[in-house]
Amino acid sequence: MKNLIIMIIKRLALGVLTLFLLSLLIFLSVEALPGDLAQEILGQQATPEAVAAIRRQLGLDLPPHIRYIEWLGGMVQGDFGTSLALKRPIIDLIAPRLQNTLFLTLYTACIAVPLAIILGMMASLFRNSYFDRISNATALSAISMPEFFVGYILIYFLALSGYFPSMANITPSTPLLEKLYACFLPALTLTLVVTAHMMRMTRAAIINILALPYIEMAHLKGIKPSRIIFRHALPNALAPIVNVVALNLAYLITGVVIVEIVFVFPGLGQLMVDGVRFRDVPVVQASSLVFASAYVGLNLLADIISTATNPRLMRQK
Amino acid sequence: MSLISVLIWLPIVVAVSLGAGWLFRQTLIRLVNAPTAKFLRTAPLTASFGMLTITIYVTCAVFAPLIAPFGESEILSASFEPWAAPYILGTDNLGRDVFTRLVYGARNTVGIAFLITALAFVAGTLLGIYSALKGGIIDQVVGRLIDVLMAIPSLIFSLLMLTIFGTSVISLVLVIATIDSTRVFRLARSVALNIVQLDYIEAAKLRGESTVYLITREILPNATAPLAAEFGLRFCFVFLMISSLSFLGLGLQPPTADWGSMVRDNAELISFGDITPLIPAGAIAILTIAVNFVVDWLLHRASGLKD
Amino acid sequence: MEDPRNPMYDIASEVADKETQIKADKLQTGFLSGNISRRGFMTGALALGVSMTGASTVVEQALAATPKAGGRLKIGITGGSTSDVLDPGQILDAFNINVLMGQTRGNMTRIRPDGQIEGDLCESFEPSNGGKTWKFNVRQGVEFHNGKSMTSEDIVDSIRHHMGEESTSAAKGIVSGIKSITADGKNTVIVELNEGNADIPVALSDYHLNICPSNGDGTIDWQSGVGAGGYVLEEYDPGVRAFTTKNPNYWNTGNEAYFDEVETLGIIDPTARMSALSTGAIDCINNVPPKTASRLKQMPNVKTLISTGNKQVTLPMHCDKEPFTDPNVRNAIKHIVNRQEWLDKVLFGYGELGNDNPIGPANIYRATTDELPQREYDPELAKSLLKKAGHDGLSIKFHAADTGFAGAVDAGSLMAESAKAAGINIEVVREPNDGYWSNVWMQKAFSACYWSGRPTEDWIFSLIYASDAGWNDTNWKNAGFDKLLLEARAETDTSKRRSMYVEMQQIVHNDGGLCLPLFQSELMGYRTSVGVPDVVGNDWELDGHRCSLRWWKT
Repeated sequence: MKNLIIMIIKRLALGVLTLFLLSLLIFLSVEALPGDLAQEILGQQATPEAVAAIRRQLGLDLPPHIRYIEWLGGMVQGDFGTSLALKRPIIDLIAPRLQNTLFLTLYTACIAVPLAIILGMMASLFRNSYFDRISNATALSAISMPEFFVGYILIYFLALSGYFPSMANITPSTPLLEKLYACFLPALTLTLVVTAHMMRMTRAAIINILALPYIEMAHLKGIKPSRIIFRHALPNALAPIVNVVALNLAYLITGVVIVEIVFVFPGLGQLMVDGVRFRDVPVVQASSLVFASAYVGLNLLADIISTATNPRLMRQK
Repeated sequence: MSLISVLIWLPIVVAVSLGAGWLFRQTLIRLVNAPTAKFLRTAPLTASFGMLTITIYVTCAVFAPLIAPFGESEILSASFEPWAAPYILGTDNLGRDVFTRLVYGARNTVGIAFLITALAFVAGTLLGIYSALKGGIIDQVVGRLIDVLMAIPSLIFSLLMLTIFGTSVISLVLVIATIDSTRVFRLARSVALNIVQLDYIEAAKLRGESTVYLITREILPNATAPLAAEFGLRFCFVFLMISSLSFLGLGLQPPTADWGSMVRDNAELISFGDITPLIPAGAIAILTIAVNFVVDWLLHRASGLKD
Repeated sequence: MEDPRNPMYDIASEVADKETQIKADKLQTGFLSGNISRRGFMTGALALGVSMTGASTVVEQALAATPKAGGRLKIGITGGSTSDVLDPGQILDAFNINVLMGQTRGNMTRIRPDGQIEGDLCESFEPSNGGKTWKFNVRQGVEFHNGKSMTSEDIVDSIRHHMGEESTSAAKGIVSGIKSITADGKNTVIVELNEGNADIPVALSDYHLNICPSNGDGTIDWQSGVGAGGYVLEEYDPGVRAFTTKNPNYWNTGNEAYFDEVETLGIIDPTARMSALSTGAIDCINNVPPKTASRLKQMPNVKTLISTGNKQVTLPMHCDKEPFTDPNVRNAIKHIVNRQEWLDKVLFGYGELGNDNPIGPANIYRATTDELPQREYDPELAKSLLKKAGHDGLSIKFHAADTGFAGAVDAGSLMAESAKAAGINIEVVREPNDGYWSNVWMQKAFSACYWSGRPTEDWIFSLIYASDAGWNDTNWKNAGFDKLLLEARAETDTSKRRSMYVEMQQIVHNDGGLCLPLFQSELMGYRTSVGVPDVVGNDWELDGHRCSLRWWKT
């Protein structure tokens, strides 16, 4: 147990370091982008005088390192800063969108994770059977289509015929049941996108364990194959499975901007892309920090679970 | 195109593909020498189909100018001519032959995807194993940097990088390879971590073997299985990445034909039940399935499981 | 499925081939928007093979269409961004133009559906001093949504918001000709110009120049979203959604603003917009991709609306950079664009051929084809022009992104192919959409661009083509042109003015760095549950972005 706590503390510290490096990298990248907020926000009609006036007003004429240090100073005190374009506190912008993104992630995860693990286990149980191959081929064809395309196909089959809405433009006041209904198609699209990866890893991890001597032993003792998989193989294959689930959950939080566009879903990804488009550095910084925290946090959680479920790792040293 | 007709056609397509795979395997077995033939006999029908598909794709890619009836960017007709000779798969919105673009697409897409994946694997694997082997401060520094790159959503990262460095093929290849190599790094490192604890590596270290020797001769051969499985998926994700990038207005330069952009260009037609964009999407899907079938077969052999 | 609520009959449904359908469609829209007379419509329809009954049905329905009050309009619109603000100076695209100019706020003046200028929050206006001084009479009894009565102070401060050193407005260039704007009592506004300009009332209808309540200290309150328009802003989520309700005290109630509520949704993806329209989740959309327009027509209960205004596709060449310094090279490039092919394959017929002249169908003094013959695709001529310029073959780069104009990259591929016949090798460089206006347009020697056009000749010429123009994207300098521009601005004799503008168009056409292959129609779709008036504005999409004011629920 002590090992575990030390590990968590160590990892959290490293996580903070990662976030710091990330904020620096993002800041430099956005700085390196040609053009700045003043030009982008005025678009085709920008006049040099108006651009200069906006720069003066927003302090964009200050040297980059000073702006970064100012931003960092606010950040350390828990202040996400103010959006340059909207002149509104970023926390107000991010909070409702983060809530939507988390809702969609959770919704998708509730469908995709059990589905992937069950399919993966069944595929390993009936490996090389037609069930195995068909589920495998279906999953592979689902991930080999671009997300927007999967979305369009679902819209064609399920939305235009009137079963589900094609737009998931939920607002904070939408009741839960209606939210679930409205977000069904994006959730299904994402399910199709992430299931294959998790399923294949589950299958591979279990089959990997099945080759080990102790499983051979269990076989020889005459234990039923399904029991071997559930009781003997699965617990030992948990670590890689949890890892791949964490990776996919992180993807669901950070990588769904295209699904947001197709289904008109007000999520965090669109905010960040617009932030990049308009060179609104604080918005990009804040959303990338949120994404990165989700990534670091989920990975940490996966490691905790795999360590906690593995007695050998728990008692090491 | 209704759901029912899809359900009727699907088994027929599957049966025909497996039959073709079987024919291909039997032909190959006759053509090659005895040990190879013995090895090939272990291939299930799915893997045979995979090999057949890959052969066809590679042929298309290599001999594209000979196979394609028209030039890659040649404007031939009005928009969206129907499927009839001389345009077997009709023409696209600019009046270019779809079949020709598909064949050239094999060359460009598969070529670029292979290049990107190969780069990503060389960089990711070597760095991953090196980190695992050295441990300590090197492992920490490299690990943090990779973590930072992975924590940025990949689409946003490529959007940033491609806007900064321009959208030439070279920067496209380098940017996607960088993103992919971080994923490979993670896998390679975790696999290598298990291997470096084993006794024979300790023994080799004590013998005073060089790092290069340790990586290439001792660790890498024992890490091929999971890396190969990853290769199968990563390879196909490259198409999707290119397609997603063209959704955001980036991607390959025109008039180069690539499947990802071909899907994107006509994608909106699918929501009217027009199957035009399904052709390039299908080309990607079939290749994905084929590659992974072959990888599965090889993995299965490598795992040593008898059933 | 026939809609019981009597949808507008579509004469295009009676003819078989695509080309005639497009013609029929143009004819019907032309008639409904008042550009074609009833008689012209009947003769034209019969000539296309439409039945007498079909054609008369349209005429009858056009007469019978009368607005009704009530209901909610749901608009699915492009151009929204999470960075959108309520500041009128930073209105960037369709979403905000529609919500802020078309729903919640008004301007001093506005453009009527038939293209004429009329008073909006200023009731009337008159020039004096040779068009240098303008007197605007403030409309009486107008209240802002917060109950404050509108006076000349609000108008003066709203325009001054865009003027001066510290202004951050994108409309700075538009008001640069104004020397001063002052209040003369509560009910009059005096505008002094640097030089005479007959078109200033039109300029003041620009979508940035919204009237907001004054704070009393020279600044305006744009933050609250309060205006004096037909609808009150209730909810505003930038780029995502806006919700407005009917303004009970709107000055023009009875003639406008029929809906109880308007919901505006930002929908970027064209497929998402069309799916939502087809399922009835929204009532109208803008920006239908031409590729899918014919399919939209097949949807039950959905109608397409086409308006051809001055929206133009341009390919600016920088006249100060090689090889475009020689007018022969510029003209060679103008001849290697196969305009008809572009119209067919990029716009699918929804547009008009351009003639390297920015004056379009919605302008008054457009040169006729006799005065300015249509430039055609002619690779042989292009070759000889190049030879004249001392080039034997040519390699150039064309920079394009779909932000430049929709279909720009495809159009570039077409041009690269058609240029081969003239020995010109064009490399199409696909640029990122991101940052296109600041990094590519006006930076690269040859790029893709679009202009939504301007209602007056003087405006677009002085905006882009005068030597000292702020957006001279061709870096073209022609002293004769500049001289004519000044003379025409002050000229009051219409026929003299016309001949000057025609001469200017000829100069641009023959010497300019502008290749203008196409005028682009706006394609929109709406449900038959929405009533659309006979005459629809073509200054902007969605009835000049005033669909909430002018349309109704049937």
